[in-house]
Order: sequence, then C-alpha cells, then structure tokens
Amino acid sequence: MRLVSKVRGWLDERFGWAELIAPLREKSVPVHKLSYWYFLGGITLFLFGIQVFTGILLLLYYRPSANEAFESVQYIMTRVRFGWLVRSIHSWAANLMILTAFAHMFSVLFLRAYRKPRELTWVSGMILLFLVLGFGFSGYLLPWNTLAFFATKVGTEITAQVPLVGHELMILLRGGEEVTGATLTRFFGFHVALLPGLTTLMILLHLALVQRFGMSVPPRVEAQWKADPSKAREMKFFPNFLLREMMAWYIALGVLGALAAIAPWELGTKADPFGAAPAGIRPEWYFMFMFQTLKFIPSKIWRVDGEVLGILVFGLAGVVWVLLPFFEGKREKRGPRMLLGAGVFALCYIVAMTVYGYVAK
Amino acid sequence: MALVICVFTGTSHAQTANTCLDCHGALDPPLQVTEAQFSQDIHSQKGLTCASCHGGDPTKADMDAMNKSAGFRGKIERSQVPALCGRCHSDGTFMRQYNPGLRTDQLSQYQTSVHGKLFAKGDTKVAVCTDCHGVHDLRAPSDAASRVHPLNVAKTCARCHADASYMKGYSIPTDQFAKYSTSVHHEAMVVRGDLSAPTCTTCHGNHGAAPPGVDSVRNVCSNCHVFQAQMYEKSTHKAAFQSAGLPGCVVCHSNHGVTHPTDARLGTGSQAICMQCHTPGDECDKARAEMLAGLTNLSEAIKGADQVVGVAESSGMEVSEARLQQDQARDSLTKARVTIHSFQRALVDQDIQAGLKIAAQDLQAGRDALAEREYRRRGLGYALVFILLTVVGLFLYIRQNERESAKS
Repeated sequence: MRLVSKVRGWLDERFGWAELIAPLREKSVPVHKLSYWYFLGGITLFLFGIQVFTGILLLLYYRPSANEAFESVQYIMTRVRFGWLVRSIHSWAANLMILTAFAHMFSVLFLRAYRKPRELTWVSGMILLFLVLGFGFSGYLLPWNTLAFFATKVGTEITAQVPLVGHELMILLRGGEEVTGATLTRFFGFHVALLPGLTTLMILLHLALVQRFGMSVPPRVEAQWKADPSKAREMKFFPNFLLREMMAWYIALGVLGALAAIAPWELGTKADPFGAAPAGIRPEWYFMFMFQTLKFIPSKIWRVDGEVLGILVFGLAGVVWVLLPFFEGKREKRGPRMLLGAGVFALCYIVAMTVYGYVAK
Repeated sequence: MALVICVFTGTSHAQTANTCLDCHGALDPPLQVTEAQFSQDIHSQKGLTCASCHGGDPTKADMDAMNKSAGFRGKIERSQVPALCGRCHSDGTFMRQYNPGLRTDQLSQYQTSVHGKLFAKGDTKVAVCTDCHGVHDLRAPSDAASRVHPLNVAKTCARCHADASYMKGYSIPTDQFAKYSTSVHHEAMVVRGDLSAPTCTTCHGNHGAAPPGVDSVRNVCSNCHVFQAQMYEKSTHKAAFQSAGLPGCVVCHSNHGVTHPTDARLGTGSQAICMQCHTPGDECDKARAEMLAGLTNLSEAIKGADQVVGVAESSGMEVSEARLQQDQARDSLTKARVTIHSFQRALVDQDIQAGLKIAAQDLQAGRDALAEREYRRRGLGYALVFILLTVVGLFLYIRQNERESAKS
C-alpha cells in the first residue's frame, strides 16, 4: 500500500493527479428501480475492449488476402494455442456488443434519457451504433468463407441501389465491380484501422458528454424526487457504481467464455468466387430486418424501383433516428408519446422482421 | 431410280413445297402423317421432303404428285429400308453437307449385326433402321424424345426383345429388359440421369448390334471399368475362365442384371459368389476370407472414425482436415474393392493397410478433438467458478463498504 501511495504522490506532484480524478470522485449515479439499465452502456464498452484485445491477438496470425485468409483463420483455430478461444470470443463478443448497443439505445429511448441537454449524447451514441454495425459488416467477410462471401456480395449489391452515388459507393466498398481479394483487403483496412480510430474518438466524445451531463433520471422518477426531495437517492460512481459495473462485466465475461467453449464460432468452407451461391444466403441477424423488408417490397412502386425506395426509406429513417431528440419539441405530452410510439413500433418491427427472416423459407 | 436419286441428291436443299401433307395430314393411320409430326422430323428440319424417300413431285397438287413418271415409289417395303437409308447415310460427300461429324458406316455395320445378317437371309421380322429410329417423326439421338436417346434406348430394344411372342423362334431369352431394369447401370442412367451410363447399345453396339461373345465380354466391360480389367489381367481367374470357356466378368457379375456389388459377395452367405465354384477350406477359400476380413476391417475403421469425427464436428470442433482425410480412407477402400479383381491377397492388403492407417489417424484426430472439447469445458468450469467467486466477493465488498459508509 505504501508503494501505491508513493506512486500516487509522484503522479500528483507532477500532473496534479488528485485534481484530475476529482470529478470522478465527485461523480454520482442516481439510484432508482430502473438503475440497472445504466449498466448497458458500460457492458457495451467492456465488450468493445474485449474486441480490441482479441482483435490484436488475431492480428498476430491473420493474413488479409483471398489466398490466405481462410487458411490463416483455420490455423488460428486448430494450431495456435487458445486460438480457438480468442477467435470464438471475438466473434461472440461482436454479436453481443451489437445486441447490447441496440438494447442501450432502446433503453435510452424508453427512459427518455435523450432529453435536453443530452441530445448530442444521443447523436454520438447513434453514430457509435452505426460504427458498431460497420464493424460487424466488415469483420464478417474477413474469414473469407462461403457464407460471408455471398452475404457480402448481396450486402454490397444493395448499397449500389443508393440513388446517385450507389454504384460509386459499391466500387468504394468492393474495390472493383466484384467482391474479390481487393474487397477483403479493403474491409480489413476498414475493420482494423478506420473504424477503430473513428470509434475511439466517438467513444471519448460520448463518455465526455456522459461525464459532463451525468446520468439522466427518468422523468417520472424525477417528478417524484422533485415533489419529495427526501426520496432522491444516489451512489458514488467510484467505487460503488464502478464495482457493480465490474460485476456485470464479469458476468458478461462468463457468458462469453461459456459460448466460446460450448458453441465455438464455426468457420465453414472456403469461399469460391466462381462457385454457385448456397441456398438461403442471408445477412447476419442484425441486418436481417432490413434484408427481409427489401424482400417484401415489390420490384416497382409507382414507377420507382422498389429496392431503391426501400434504401431511401431506411436511409431517411436512420437520419430521423439520429435526430430523434430534436423532434420531441416543446409539447409536454404529445412529443414524448410520439417518440415512445415510434420506439415501440421500431422495436416490434425489428424483432418481428428478424424472426420472420429466420423462419421464412 | 435415277430420277429419284437425282431428286434426292440434287434438290434436297431447295425442296420446301410439300403438298403431300395436305392430304396425308387428313387421312387415317397408317397413311396419316401430320404437319405437326413431320415438322419434328430431323430430315424435314434439314429441308428434305416426303419425295426424298418416296419420290413423286410434292410441288404438284392432288394425285399428280404421286405420278410414277415423277419417280413416285409409294410405300417403302421393309426389305428396302436399309438400302434406302444407306443411300444417303453411307455417302460421306452427301452427309458432309448436313453433319460433317456424322459417321457413314451405319449400313456396313448393320450388315455385320445379328439383325443385318438375318435380314440378308430374308428375315424381315428383324430390326431395320425405322424400327429403332422411327419414321416421319425421326429425331436426332440427342433429342430427349428420340427413340434412340440414351434414356430411351433400352425401351426401344425392349419393344421387340421383351416381347416373347414376337421373339418366338429366335431361341434367345426375353428377360433382358426386366433384368436391366434392376441393374446398377439402369439406376445410374434412369434414376441418377447419368447419360454416360451403359444401356443396351453400349455393350452390344447399335447398328452392328450383336452379343459380345465369351471372349470379348472382358473387353466390353473394360471400356468403363478400366482398373478392374487391369487387375483381372493379373489374376489366375483369367486363364481358368478362358480354359473353361467362361465369359469373364459376367461369371460373377451377370450381364443384364448387374447389381451393386457388396463385400458380402466375398462371404459365405446367400450373396456369396466365390463359394459357388470354390471348395470350403481350400487355399482360395482362405484367401477369400482374408480379403473379406480386410475389407470389413477397413469399412468398420472408416465408420468408427466417421462417428468420432462427426461427434467432434457437431460439438463445434474444427476437424475439417480429418474430414478431408476420411475421403482418402474411403478412396483406399474403393481401391481395395477394385484390387479384389486381381484375387491377390498381397495387393489387396496394400490398399487396406493404407486405408487403415489413414482411418486410424482420423480416429485419433477425432479423439483428440473430443479430448480438447472436454479440456475446454473443464477450463470453462474453472473459469466460471472463479468468475462466480469474484462476483460474490465484489458483492460482499460493496455491501460491506456501503454499510461502513452509512455508519460514518
């Protein structure tokens, strides 16, 4: 303990350590019956940390070329000590991170934590959600297996439907007209350089905003506390909340370990660009609702190409969703109800379309 | 006759007017030939008309078209059919205009066939060109509706050869088609749709159709079963069968009703073949038993390895390399079954040992994968206990910390 005090003293003397961490010591977290939703953001951040750590380990052996990618992942899973664990945890954590990011977004929406002055916290969170989806899309192709190859082919074909810039966007993603080794190299670049850089910056901004504005208290609880201030409760962020958060992280780690050991992530068969697409090609579960919707849309809707219309609607919905807090307006009841209704609808739609996508033949 | 040839050879490209169908399309069978029927005929599609075979002048209306002065020959007698067809189909120069790749030896081959030889003796019951190829709606063999398309050949032959009353007097069996329908060749052709699988003409020839004969059976089978034939060449059976006048492959496998061979044929049960000739306890019987034991061992070893590798795979373990090697073990088993035709224990044993070695490696790979699975699960158990203890510890620490804070 004396050593710790010495180090702390050394840092304090040079950098004003005590002053730097003072806000953390002062930071508190509201305590109420819905407080457990606060853990979701932290769990997502923890899973991102797992991704960075396991991703760096995978980089030691992974080779981003069409000739070597599949074999290098196979090598990681069969020859590298604990390679199977690292790869399975990386794949499972990616999926869990997307799940918790979605859950975090909906919890913020339903608890109305986006309200003034936290609009930009919501916007930065939404950008983070899109970046996480970008991680999923780019990482899916990297093992260069049959399913990933054809799903990427379909996915990038859909981007070509974006009006005006669609074809250029597809070329940008693919590195050519077709999904080839150039696409793999490009996706690898997005996955390990561009997206991590952007995500780190955005996480720092998001955390800074959370730190600046503190945790939001749900309006109903806030009203109760205002009416009777003696009911207001809070706990110190450090160590009380952080220790609880750590409990959640440990549980998440246990779940990840169990999934990796009991259901190791499959590798499949090596992609053959000249082979026929296997039956039932579909994207990862988090893109399923969009994929299924596009399948439902007729090829032509009043002279407009159905797929183009679908892409436009999803694009517009995405922009609206990012700017959602600004639509609440000043109407005290109608605005929040409208957003709540939109949230419930979106959640039901995503769940229903995803389930339908998996059960429909 | 000269006029007919002139009409046939000289104007075939240009002949398009065909008034014959105007009347014959409305007549009753057997005189009926409809436009729809004739339009499917390969000759019609190449520009030939009725007059090309029947003579006459199809550009004239009514009965004038059938004027004998215009070379009209009327109904072609069966006895005239081979020669009539051969007039064009044996003429390389003429046929080159239509299909340079088409053979022009059909008539000469026919003359060497059992059909042709009997025909030459005046037997008009035997098959002539039109019996197999049809008439007036004659299609190219590659056309699936053609009677001589690989899928239809057996049925076409069976029209006569399976008709006991029609074949009466020829002293040959009429169960060939029934037997063929149960054969592995028929299954390959009809069930699996493999058009390269053998049908009647593959072994008997088409225009020169004849039984292969005792001496040439092996050559017929070896066209496809090359390695089996090579092994048979090394075997003692070759000389033994030859001296006994036995027809090679057919002795064990039969001819038309060739069924899927199983290892049980080397056994002593109901499917046993060796013991139909050999005596129990003799040297050959011992060799048979050893070879059967070897095949059974390898087959069981592959099954065992398959099962273990399968369990490991369904547990999510990466065993694709072992899966790939299992194919090599299966190849060794197939090779050993082929080598059986040499009837040499040492040769068969080489293949069996090679397969057993691979199957053993795969079995070990499967077992290693299952051991690794258990190791992972045990590791998971320890990790979960550690995580649980840490979570409980954290919980207790938080509670104690908060109690102390509340007191102070």
